[in-house]
Amino acid sequence: MTIYLMCLFLFAMGLYCLVAKRHLIKKIIGVAILDYAVNLFLVLIGYKEGGVPPILFKDMSQQVLSRQSVDPLPQALVLTSIVIGLGVLIMMVSIALRLYEKYKTFDTSEISRLKG
Amino acid sequence: MGMSLIVKKITQLVIGLIFLFGINIILFGHLSVGGGFAGGVILTCGFILIMLAFGKDKAFSKMKIRVSHFLSCGGAITFLTIALLGYIGGAFFLNFPDHGKAFHLHSAGFIPYADIAISILIVSSIFIIFVVLVLWGGLTKNSGKDADDEEYIHNL
Amino acid sequence: MLTFYLLLGIMILGSIVAIETRNLLSSVISVGIVGFTLSILFLMLGAPDLAITQVVVEILVLVILIRATISVDNTDIEATRDNFAVVSSLIFLGLFLVFASFAFLEMHPFGKSLMRTSQHYLDNGLAETGASNIVTATVPMIHWVKQQCFSYPC
Repeated sequence: MTIYLMCLFLFAMGLYCLVAKRHLIKKIIGVAILDYAVNLFLVLIGYKEGGVPPILFKDMSQQVLSRQSVDPLPQALVLTSIVIGLGVLIMMVSIALRLYEKYKTFDTSEISRLKG
Repeated sequence: MGMSLIVKKITQLVIGLIFLFGINIILFGHLSVGGGFAGGVILTCGFILIMLAFGKDKAFSKMKIRVSHFLSCGGAITFLTIALLGYIGGAFFLNFPDHGKAFHLHSAGFIPYADIAISILIVSSIFIIFVVLVLWGGLTKNSGKDADDEEYIHNL
Repeated sequence: MLTFYLLLGIMILGSIVAIETRNLLSSVISVGIVGFTLSILFLMLGAPDLAITQVVVEILVLVILIRATISVDNTDIEATRDNFAVVSSLIFLGLFLVFASFAFLEMHPFGKSLMRTSQHYLDNGLAETGASNIVTATVPMIHWVKQQCFSYPC
């Protein structure tokens, strides 16, 4: 249970960085850490002690795979989630660069002052 | 433009191996580690390496933007068509071709074709997002040259 | 089991450095350290597909973030801190962790997973699809999940 708590502590730190910092790049770094914590938690649920990866080789019997392999279902879901997280991060960085070009600063309290 | 001579030479030596490794992981996705997503991202890294080392003109001559538009839509439509063809067997997304012998390259129904479609989709999509980041991210020049950039993009 | 705690400790230390430091380049490199350590952790948890994908995705994230930080002149904008946001987020995250620890007492201990739904995929993966990689074969077999959810009392 301690390992689940450490994983959620990583999630809480990413959320703190997203909320309490004012620099736009720090917020993007917070989203990246949040992404890592969630993917790690999903894979941690499906771990079996002394488990083998769920891949069948030529000289392996089916019984070994059925008894001892780790859970393949969370891995199939996290695989897509990692690549989608990359796409979202790239879009966020390009929006941040466009904001810098227009307002000449990365500070969110300056940007949200509603002038002009 | 681009980087120095050492980087260019080493890129020329290594880029073929990167593409070969990526295609290996895509094609053998149903027999060993890998699959469509991992192989697609590795191929994208190869294209981005060309763009970083040689400049954006050389990278656009390898993969044009109009071709990337067609490939990204085409990959998604191909994947959907493969899933809809499962109605021949009776259910959505059913594995209808014959399974073949195990542990051979040509086996497992439509899984190799779905992997290829996914990898083409990922390569073109992430490459286009990176191109947008490079072309519209002019931080040191002033932002009054948008008209020049628009013409440059339309002529690609 | 000790290696899992060690690697998670390195990840937590790296993310503390990434959040609190003032130099933007140091913080981007610390996020890179967190990502690569996560890839090693995936390999030890028995997921080689995820480890390969995580390494390559981490490289692309580092390239993008360095492009965003290196051509900007950094002014010191963290001189005054936003007190209300810091205090309130710390209070709510503390409450979240306390209630999450109550929820984890109901779950199965780490290392023994139930695998009710996945037992069917492991037993019949090779016979149904003919693919040896069960992770790739899970997606075309997804029409079995409906039957599993209705037959087992959850």
